This record gives sequence, structure tokens and C-alpha cells, in this order.
Amino acid sequence: MTETPMLETRDLARFFDVSRPPLQRLLAREGKRTLRAVDGVSFSIPKGTTLSLVGESGCGKSTVARLVVGLYSASRGDVRFDGQDLHAARRDPAQRSRMQMIFQDPYASLNPRWRVLDIIAEPIRAFGLVKGDAAQRERVAELLTQVGLSPLDGVKFPHEFSGGQRQRISIARALSSNPEFLVCDEPTSALDVSVQAQILNLMKELQSRLGLTFLFISHNLAVVRQVSDRVGVMYLGRIVEMAPAETLFTSPRHPYTRALMEAIPDLEMSGRQRMPVGGEVPSPIDPPSGCAFHPRCPLANDRCRAERPELKAHALTETACHAVEEGRG
Amino acid sequence: MMRRFFDSDIWWSFTRSWVTIISAIVAAICIFGAVLSPWIAPHNPFDLTSIDLMDAFKPPAFSEGGDARFPLGTDNQGRDVLSAIMYGAQVSLLVGFAATLFAVLLGVTLGLLAGYLGGTVDALLMRIADIQLTFPSILVALLIDGIVRAALPREMHDQIALYVVIFAIGISEWPKFARTVRGSTLVERNKEYVLAARVIGLGQGAIMLRHVLPNVLGPVLVIGTLNLALAILAEATLSFLGVGVPPTQPSLGTLIRFGNDYLFSGEWWITIFPGLALIIMVLSVNLLGDWLRDALNPKLR
Repeated sequence: MTETPMLETRDLARFFDVSRPPLQRLLAREGKRTLRAVDGVSFSIPKGTTLSLVGESGCGKSTVARLVVGLYSASRGDVRFDGQDLHAARRDPAQRSRMQMIFQDPYASLNPRWRVLDIIAEPIRAFGLVKGDAAQRERVAELLTQVGLSPLDGVKFPHEFSGGQRQRISIARALSSNPEFLVCDEPTSALDVSVQAQILNLMKELQSRLGLTFLFISHNLAVVRQVSDRVGVMYLGRIVEMAPAETLFTSPRHPYTRALMEAIPDLEMSGRQRMPVGGEVPSPIDPPSGCAFHPRCPLANDRCRAERPELKAHALTETACHAVEEGRG
Repeated sequence: MMRRFFDSDIWWSFTRSWVTIISAIVAAICIFGAVLSPWIAPHNPFDLTSIDLMDAFKPPAFSEGGDARFPLGTDNQGRDVLSAIMYGAQVSLLVGFAATLFAVLLGVTLGLLAGYLGGTVDALLMRIADIQLTFPSILVALLIDGIVRAALPREMHDQIALYVVIFAIGISEWPKFARTVRGSTLVERNKEYVLAARVIGLGQGAIMLRHVLPNVLGPVLVIGTLNLALAILAEATLSFLGVGVPPTQPSLGTLIRFGNDYLFSGEWWITIFPGLALIIMVLSVNLLGDWLRDALNPKLR
């Protein structure tokens, strides 16, 4: 593929300082503590496609979402947005307007004191996209219709809407600056299952109509299967497996991915024997040596405990696992 | 707009409480009586030509020896106590409102900055607030008063005294507002609507003013109302001690101080009536503040 990807990250990392205050640290004679939320993540998203990142809570997927829109600055590595350095792109309003974000909590993502009209018009005003009040009202009405709401809803306040409707308002706001790249941080996880499907369908429809590129963050595998072209599985701040969506779901390779697949409830196979994953996700403050998954992995051996596996390609799938590489799995 | 108001929960909870309605009426009477005193007061206690020393120490109209012209009696110089109270309440309310407004402006601005910017700015501003809280307002007022008296010529003392009181009370009460606003700001700044504004690339100033500020003002209104009563009391205390407003513009506190000299010689009305007026005013404002706190707190509904 010769076309520049919409978004590309190389060895992206973000550490948080979670040390105690200096005085307490001195008294307890302990050093600084760093939480390695994201530790070396590389991926690229071709234009017009959807990449999903899945993983358990605390695996760093939301941090990745915030890193790629510039809400956090990277501790290491870089992000390229349509071939340019992210920070340069963020400084230029014309480039900044090409990326938008949709958030998880529909109850916190809309300013409760603002009318829907003003919420949706905010990016339009900030980027000066439409001149004149009348034209602006028209554009907001158009956006509201596009996400399946009535133009008359513009004068209402967010609390007058349900969760699903609010998420539609969030999408309308995100679309108002004519973005090409949308980062969706768990956009459906706060919604009812029936409403989730509506929102996902809306997003897919908008993607095919407007040619959008999505980075989709979720912990829900069913949702991910429905929307993604490619899926990256994250564990403790790193991608452990990355594959086209169908490949990943039909033939998962990494032991962690397989464990996740095992955990999906299944109508046909109900009552079958499951392979449980023992233990808890280790702390990202003090991650295990070698492969971070080794304490919970049924295939772990001495090499896994000592040496950190890198992401390596096997056919369509990339995995970071010694066992897969050695054919033990 | 009016319909919205009468349909609202606030109006509903207002009509459910007799205490609140009465205190609102009383507070309204106090404020109107004070503001309109030049037009509705029976006498002008500052107009030397209308004051007759022969009228001095007249008891209230309802007691023996009272004069119908002076419903609440007269003081040692023959001034009508009722009129003096009305004029005095005007000064008290002016100082109360101005000091509270000053404290709100200062506290909200600094609290918003501390909460949103965090880090060193936060630590610095909050430590200043802590230090501020260790000084009682009387000490601040005495300090500023002393500096002003030393620095400025004698003639200017009276002109500036009112501002000194407002400043002294305001400066000693801003940390309350700053702490409240900082707390709410810390919650709001991590909400996703603020993140959405940051993704668009809005500046910090715009986010603070347009997004965060409207969402942290609710508690400020409540504390502001309760603080108004405290500020009126603080002014009365300062004036009673003689470091408050100048004697040419007596507030309720000044009137109580003047009258105090005659309390034990039988002319009780000179000090008791201004005292009662102060109590009624502060109590009604306080009760209104209490109601507002409950009405705006969804957990108590």
C-alpha cells in the first residue's frame, strides 16, 4: 500500500508518575513510582478503515486514545497524523479539525449548562467553519438530522435526552468540524444493548457515507467484531496480537487472545468446558519480567519469564508470544 | 422565562416552607427600607438643621413620655432612632454586599485557576488561602486601618474608611469561595465535555470561563448568601469596635456602639432597636441561605 496511513504510531509509550508526595517518600525511604500505562505500542490505520483496540480494564487502551488526539503527551515514541508529526498537526487548526473524539460516558461528555445547539456548534465556531448565524443553525440542523435526531431538539438541554440520544449528540458534535479521523473511546459501553446496536449502525453508516477512519476502543468483543477491519489486543500497555478482525476471531493465536475468546458467551456451545484464566491483571506499576502475561499463561516457560517477546508477523497475524513463535502453542 | 421559573423545583420548594417565605418577606422589607431610606424615612438624621437638641432622649412612641414623631425614640442628639436604623441598614447592607462580591470575585477566580491549572499554581494559591484563614477579619481590618491612618492625611481617613472595611472583610473571606470552587473545578476538569473542548483545541482560558465556570457556580451562590449575613455581622463588629465605617456614615454597628453608652442610664432604646434590626436582617438572610442550600442540593430533596 502506497497511501499514507491516517494515523501511525511507533513505539508509543506513556508513563504516569504515581509517586507519593516527596516528604512521605523520604520518610518511607522509597523511590519514585511510575505507572507504565502504555509501553511501546505501534500500529497504523489506513484511511477509511477501523482499527479496534481491545483489552481488560487498565490495559492502557484509553490512554492510547488520549495520546493519539494529543490530550496526553507521549513519554516515548511518536504519532504521525496523515504523515505529519502529531504535535505540528495539533498546532494547525486546519489539521486539528480533521480529528475528533467520541467519549464513553454520555452523561459527562456534554456540558449540562449548554443547549444542544451550542454544544454541536462549538467546533464550528472554534474553527470558523460556517459564517453567519443562519448558516450555522442550518448546519446544526443538518447534523442533528444526520444522527437521527430532530432539528427541533437543538434548543433543549442535555438532561432532556436519554443516554443513546446523548451519544448521538456527541457524534453530531464530533462530525461538525468535518473530521476524517474519529477516536471512539468505548462509545457504547455505557448504553443498553439495543441502543448499542443503533449507535454502532449509525457509526458504520457514517463511515461508509463520509469515508471516516476510526480508532475504536472497546472491551466488548462482540462490538469489536461488528465494526472493525483490524483488531489489536492489548495487555498491560502492549499489543500482544494484531490481526484482521475475522482472522482474529476465527483463529486467535496468542494465549491471551484465546482466553478472551473462550470467555465470550456462546449460544450453541452453552454448557461447554471453559479454560479459565487464573489470577488478576498484574500491576502496571510493577509489571512481571519478560512476557507480561507469563504468570497467567498456561504455555509459559523459562524463556517467557526472562525475555520480552516482540510483535512478529505470521501470515496475516502479528503476535508477541514465544510459544506461538516456537510452535509450542 | 417567568414560566420556567414558576415551574421550577426551586420555586416549588420555596412555596413549601413558611419560614422561607417569611424570611424572604422580612429580607425584602429590610432591603427596601434601607435602599429607599432617603425617601421614606420619617427624618433625615444627618440633616443638622432638622435636629433639635430639645428632642434628645425621647423614649419610643408607645411608652410613657413618647413622642408620635419619633416611633422608636431619639438618641442623645435628638435624632430619630428609626430613621438612623434605616440609614444605618443601608450602610450595613452596602458593606455586606460589596465585601461578599469582592470575596466572590477573588475567591472564584483564584479557585478556578488553582483547580484547573493544578500543580505549583494550585499549591501556592491554596497555601496563601491557608495563611489567610489564620487571620481573623478584625485583625486584618485593624492592620489595614493602621497602615491607612499612618500613610494618608487625616482628612482622607473618613473617605477611605468604607473601602477599608469592605476590603478587610472581603479579603478575609475569599478562601471559602476559593476552596469550594477549586474542589468543584477538580471534578469538572476531568469530565469528558472538558476533554472534548480540549480536543477541539480551545484555550485554557476559554475552557475555564465557558465550560468550567458555569458548572461550579451553584455552591458559590449558596455560600455567597450565607456569607452576606456573616459580612454584615463582621461589619457591625468592626464598627462597634470603632475601626469600621466613619461616624459620619453610621452603620447598625456604629449605632449600637453609640447607644451602648446609655444602656445603663435608662435610654435602652438607642442601642436595643438597632441591635434588633441587625438580628432580624442577619437571621432572615441566613434562613434564606439555608433554604437555598437545601433547594439546590438534589440529595436533600
